[in-house]
Amino acid sequence: MRDTVLASLRDDFADTAKASIDRGALLLAVDPQEVIATATRLRRDYGFDLLLDVTAVDWPGRPLRFDVVWHFYSTTQRVRARMTTAVAEASPDVATLTGLYGSAGFMERECHDMYGIRFAGNADLRPILLYEGFVGHPLRKDYAKEHEQPLVPYRDER
Amino acid sequence: MSATIPITPVMAKGVHATRPSRSAAFEYLTTKKDELVGWGRKFSIFPYPFVTACCAMEFMAVSSTPYDTDRFGAALPRFSPRQSDLLMVVGTITHKQAPILLKVYEQMCEPKWVMAFGACATSGGFYQNYATLLGIDRIMPVDVYVPGCPPRPETVIDGIMQLQDRIARQRHPIVNDAF
Amino acid sequence: MNVVLPSPVRAAFDADSEDAVVVNIGPSHPATHGTLQVIAALDGEKVQRVDVHCGYLHRGFEKECESHTWHNLMPYVDRLNYCSALINDFAYCDAVETLMGIEITPRCRYLRTLLSEYSRICDHLTCIAASLMELGAMTAFLYLVMLRDHMYEHLAALTGARVTYTYGRIGGLARDLPDGWLARLAEILVEFDEFTGRIHGLMDRNRIFIDRTRDVGMISTADALHWGFTGPILRSTGAAIDLRKDMPYLAYTELEFDVPVGINGDNYDRYYVRMREMDESIRMIRQLVPKLSPGPICVADRRCTFPDKALVYREIQSLINHFKLVMDGPQVPAGEVYVGHEAPNGELGFYLVSDGSGTPYKVHVRSPSFVHMGGLHKLLEGYQLADIIPTFGSVNMIGGECDR
Repeated sequence: MRDTVLASLRDDFADTAKASIDRGALLLAVDPQEVIATATRLRRDYGFDLLLDVTAVDWPGRPLRFDVVWHFYSTTQRVRARMTTAVAEASPDVATLTGLYGSAGFMERECHDMYGIRFAGNADLRPILLYEGFVGHPLRKDYAKEHEQPLVPYRDER
Repeated sequence: MSATIPITPVMAKGVHATRPSRSAAFEYLTTKKDELVGWGRKFSIFPYPFVTACCAMEFMAVSSTPYDTDRFGAALPRFSPRQSDLLMVVGTITHKQAPILLKVYEQMCEPKWVMAFGACATSGGFYQNYATLLGIDRIMPVDVYVPGCPPRPETVIDGIMQLQDRIARQRHPIVNDAF
Repeated sequence: MNVVLPSPVRAAFDADSEDAVVVNIGPSHPATHGTLQVIAALDGEKVQRVDVHCGYLHRGFEKECESHTWHNLMPYVDRLNYCSALINDFAYCDAVETLMGIEITPRCRYLRTLLSEYSRICDHLTCIAASLMELGAMTAFLYLVMLRDHMYEHLAALTGARVTYTYGRIGGLARDLPDGWLARLAEILVEFDEFTGRIHGLMDRNRIFIDRTRDVGMISTADALHWGFTGPILRSTGAAIDLRKDMPYLAYTELEFDVPVGINGDNYDRYYVRMREMDESIRMIRQLVPKLSPGPICVADRRCTFPDKALVYREIQSLINHFKLVMDGPQVPAGEVYVGHEAPNGELGFYLVSDGSGTPYKVHVRSPSFVHMGGLHKLLEGYQLADIIPTFGSVNMIGGECDR
């Protein structure tokens, strides 16, 4: 039954997105300007009432370096959806989903902290997992894992 | 007897500065006073559990049955730095948390001791990245390191007992630097 | 110390702009279980606005994972929700196994389900013990922590560790049940019924407890979904949404269990939903024990299962297999997957991206606690200052999971 739901979802979204089914979830690859429209359709028309996750993937070799990934879940139809879009390093801007889902707030802050993705329309992109004064975005592949930025100067003797 | 042989003590780190030469009777008095005060202090430790991560589970376990820090007098936590004397750093300290930890440490009054509870507080554990402070001894002096990830309650009790030995052996100046 | 230490956070509001007292709670606070900072603007005792700051336990989980093999990073996964570490292990292993196309053996499936429910009990015991202690019920804390300690020792007999086990393996488990483990399990389940019976007797109709928790920290189902709440918090609002029923995994299709729901979505409901969920977990464990039939724990797949140690010392092919698995890690085909399990706090999801090698390209955790912190202000605003503590305790924010 889930397969028929997924198949009909894939057909419905085929006009505005590259829609496919992967391991029991709907996959939608959209352009950055279609993000709000697709998310609104998912929520309003297809009952995807839970925004589970907002994250990004860094592919340094590609011209569109970052993949921003959203995960949705419909509690009524029991189906998962994943929406992705690709943005460039020079302008890592996507629209915010805080107007549709309150849970997007903290998750977008984390994505901004870790990757530097800017969510247009989200006024509160303060550091959440990192701290004020931290320079750089640690989950980018070019940030060295062990590059520490301590707030407290280290003691001399141990 | 008033033998005034000047004493040139070998000072260990952390012990208070130079003492002037005194008579043997006075030295006997201060030693006994130190032993008495040490005995009192080691059996009435008020920990400040600065709890952050997984070690909290073992801290909860060591505070309750059957391990019970109350047997050692170290059960009652005081969450005000002014009222506590043992800062137990339980769990990983990140760079974001470090200023807060240091502030709490500095607000504590003397005498105070620090226990690094767990591998993360001791040396950063197995986290070695941009976020984690690699051991609290980078920012404050530590008296006892309790290894484990998380340490078994018996290890924690062993740490408390070693700290008690240390407290017993310390000098405890009460009135002034000499006594 | 002469150095002025910078403040790690920037608050959303300050005292001068509003006619309210701004109070800072945390991040080192006796009653915040886990390290969290709540900056509250108060009008007398009433909370007007709340700014929640997490991240004090951000230990760089994702970045660490990218430098370890798929197998090596299991201890990091454990330390996410450290109250129920086995569930983290199994959810992660499930995600990798999905990417690799591996099907675990029946015995492993039943054991994983049993241990997941066992871990769920440990987590709920910790949450209820801690939140009751904050309300002053020290007896409840001591009873429940003693019970939990017996479970820890029991799990230590199986896995070698009390709190963080690193027991899951890709394709199976680390080792099989030792002798006498199931007998001790039966004893612990009997003890559990006795002790939780006492807690029910102490708490359920306790006037003070009801006054402090009924109608405090209320949230509606629509709000809960909007703010991303899952797990016992969502179920306390009345919605029977549980991944074990809706998108079953492991052996949950073969088990009979109910999904407890609350009425109001307040603190009392969350306490009661957790108590009832523990009863349901016991019910599931009792159904699972007879289902455990002898068989292998790990799937016989050289891509991920370590060969027997005796063979490693005798045969060159096992030696090379072992060597490659340790040095390079299990080779996971390129692709991405999102797998969600029903953790004690809500939906714990692992979003894995593989580039075809033995080291992950990305391991992202969809952490229920983090999302709940985003919606925590809905539970705190409008209530009293003293309600912040029990509400926060009922939300069960686990720092390792929230901040990763």
